[in-house]
Amino acid sequence: MSGGTFVGMPAFPAAAREAVGDATLRANLRHATHTIRDKRARAVAELSDWDRLREAGKRIKDHTLRHLDHYLVRLEESVERAGGTVHWAADAEEANRIVADLVRATGETEVVKVKSMATQEIGLNEALEAEGIRAYETDLAELIVQLGHDRPSHILVPAIHRNRGEIRDIFRKEMGHWGRPAPDGLTDTPAELAEAARLHLREKFLRAKVGISGANFMVAETGTLVVVESEGNGRMCLTLPETLISVVGIEKVVPAWRDLEVFLQTLPRSSTAERMNPYTSMWTGTTDQDGPSAFHLVLLDNGRTDTLADEVGRQALRCIRCSACLNVCPVYERAGGHAYGSVYPGPIGAILSPQLRGTGSDIDASLPYASSLCGACYEVCPVAIDIPEVLVHLRERVVQGGEATRGGNRVTLRPAKGHAAERAAMRAAGLAFARPGALRAGQRLASRTRRLHPRTLPGPGRAWSATRELPEVPAEPFRDWWRRTRGGNSGGTTEGSDR
Amino acid sequence: MRVALFLTCVNDTLYPDTGRAVVKLLTRLGVDVDFPMAQTCCGQAHYNTGYRHQAEPLARHFSDVFGSDAYDAIVTPSGSCGAMVRELYPRMGERARAEGRGDGLARTVAPVVPKTYELTEFLVDVLGVTDVGAYYPHTVTYHPTCHGLRALGLADRPTRLLRAVEGLELVELPGADECCGFGGTFAVKNADVSAAMGADKVRNAESTGAEVLCAADNSCLMHIGGTMARLRTAVRPVHIAEILASTEEEPLS
Repeated sequence: MSGGTFVGMPAFPAAAREAVGDATLRANLRHATHTIRDKRARAVAELSDWDRLREAGKRIKDHTLRHLDHYLVRLEESVERAGGTVHWAADAEEANRIVADLVRATGETEVVKVKSMATQEIGLNEALEAEGIRAYETDLAELIVQLGHDRPSHILVPAIHRNRGEIRDIFRKEMGHWGRPAPDGLTDTPAELAEAARLHLREKFLRAKVGISGANFMVAETGTLVVVESEGNGRMCLTLPETLISVVGIEKVVPAWRDLEVFLQTLPRSSTAERMNPYTSMWTGTTDQDGPSAFHLVLLDNGRTDTLADEVGRQALRCIRCSACLNVCPVYERAGGHAYGSVYPGPIGAILSPQLRGTGSDIDASLPYASSLCGACYEVCPVAIDIPEVLVHLRERVVQGGEATRGGNRVTLRPAKGHAAERAAMRAAGLAFARPGALRAGQRLASRTRRLHPRTLPGPGRAWSATRELPEVPAEPFRDWWRRTRGGNSGGTTEGSDR
Repeated sequence: MRVALFLTCVNDTLYPDTGRAVVKLLTRLGVDVDFPMAQTCCGQAHYNTGYRHQAEPLARHFSDVFGSDAYDAIVTPSGSCGAMVRELYPRMGERARAEGRGDGLARTVAPVVPKTYELTEFLVDVLGVTDVGAYYPHTVTYHPTCHGLRALGLADRPTRLLRAVEGLELVELPGADECCGFGGTFAVKNADVSAAMGADKVRNAESTGAEVLCAADNSCLMHIGGTMARLRTAVRPVHIAEILASTEEEPLS
């Protein structure tokens, strides 16, 4: 993600601090995530075969990833047979250049966009702006984010952090600069806000000659792309312009049409808690007299092949961007989406961003620690990504360094800065725990000096004692009580057997 | 039946009452309890913080200490340390193998994995009891800790045991399955978020009007209890083993 949008983000704990202290934001997030999570649980409970669907989705994705080269070539053949053109982009810069060239070739300086995380990941809007091309977001929440000069904070509800009053103010202040202004006397009722957005966007849809989209799925067998959405704005973007450019991550391919059967059940229920999403749009190449006359598919790698090379971490590529993990995550609920410093926030972002971007920056090195490992994300994931497992795996990479693939090459990563003290402490604890005698000596010392213990801790421990009372050290550790009362009778395994 | 008590380093050092309660409870149920003195730490803090290689010698040490055929089962009053042994030791063995370091670790940990039980699981599944003859005349709310709930799948075992306790009134905790915010080193590395989660958990516990918040893991209770003490709430944290060990003749002190 070299789009530049998130460069220089502070580490997660610092970024989260602000959100934790913002009572309104926390209340908004709590209300929104709890509402969606409860609805999701009900929608999932309706299906008696949910566990089998989850397993099927996992297997389809794993199979596809294992043979990704095969299915991508197949997809390319299918798309071109249907009249489309396929472009391969290794990174953000290449993808942005391809798209900008394609737009310039049409002679247009304006494009409409349907929500695409891939284009946000690569910073396409900014790249187009630099080329004199203005990109208009048409998904309602994306529109709010764009008009508000803001960043998305949720995969499904990018403006989840904004309330109705804020949205009304943004519409009143900004719509006029981008096109049709907000109606006079606009209030904050949802119907009026939706109508204002509809009128503003309608003008753009009817004028636009170029549309840019993402896709939820690409079917290798037929060359078909699929977008699921709730508003119908996406369908306008996909059908009205003369040229359609779809920018899609290579992991979105599925082998066959029938595979959609699984995901079109699991995705809407996991994301919006609907049995079926209101709009499912599918497009295959070009057709005379109907829809865009030119179709370009830009297949984006941008770190995905490197991620695929990681045995433990590759499961993150199964993600179908449903956002169920965000809505159940207690950390996301309190830290908000912006703290994750990426278009992919929440638990999935905490494992995806450090893999796509590497762990070199402060924010990326801190993301694997932005979790209490409670496992709620794994439980709700419709493709069974073991997010806690990958988090721990990436923590290892951060503190220990080690082998990884970057830009297609095997490299040896150095440990991230700032973990030396922790590493030393872990090593010391490891040594003490390897010898029961040392542990016992430590416990005894703690017990004997327990009246002298401070109520606050120095160093990193201060973070504990700032908000919580420390436990009192007991007069006698359990093992001393056992020895005193049971005479050290321990079935032959004695303390002397230090190893 | 002969059982090895895997108390955990946190309980051994900071919560010996829980260990005494487990011994009292299991002995009352006719179990022969041993505490292998060479036990130290399962390595969970190392593993979860990213120090898998440093956790390996601890997994080996654990397996040497507890792997004896003399024990029918290994019982621990900690869902998360139980999950470490049962779920993560095999995974560590697989990873070592995948890294070309052979089957040694996988073979070493293999004997202890199927024999390790969290306390409530051992009582319900192995001993087949839900009424352990306890007496505890208090209002209690139960917080299912994350690793017990999700990694071990303890489900309603703890609450079935609590419901059978004479005099105990069990009240439901709102948002029970939400993490309390402890998460080992998470509590220090992301202190603000951790504290906010803890405060919410405590407020939820307060809203039940219960005298006691009970859980099956003292690490989580240390965080929740520390927050309770700071917020000066009326609710007290108590480990489930201490409630189950309490009787009319020998009430929980």
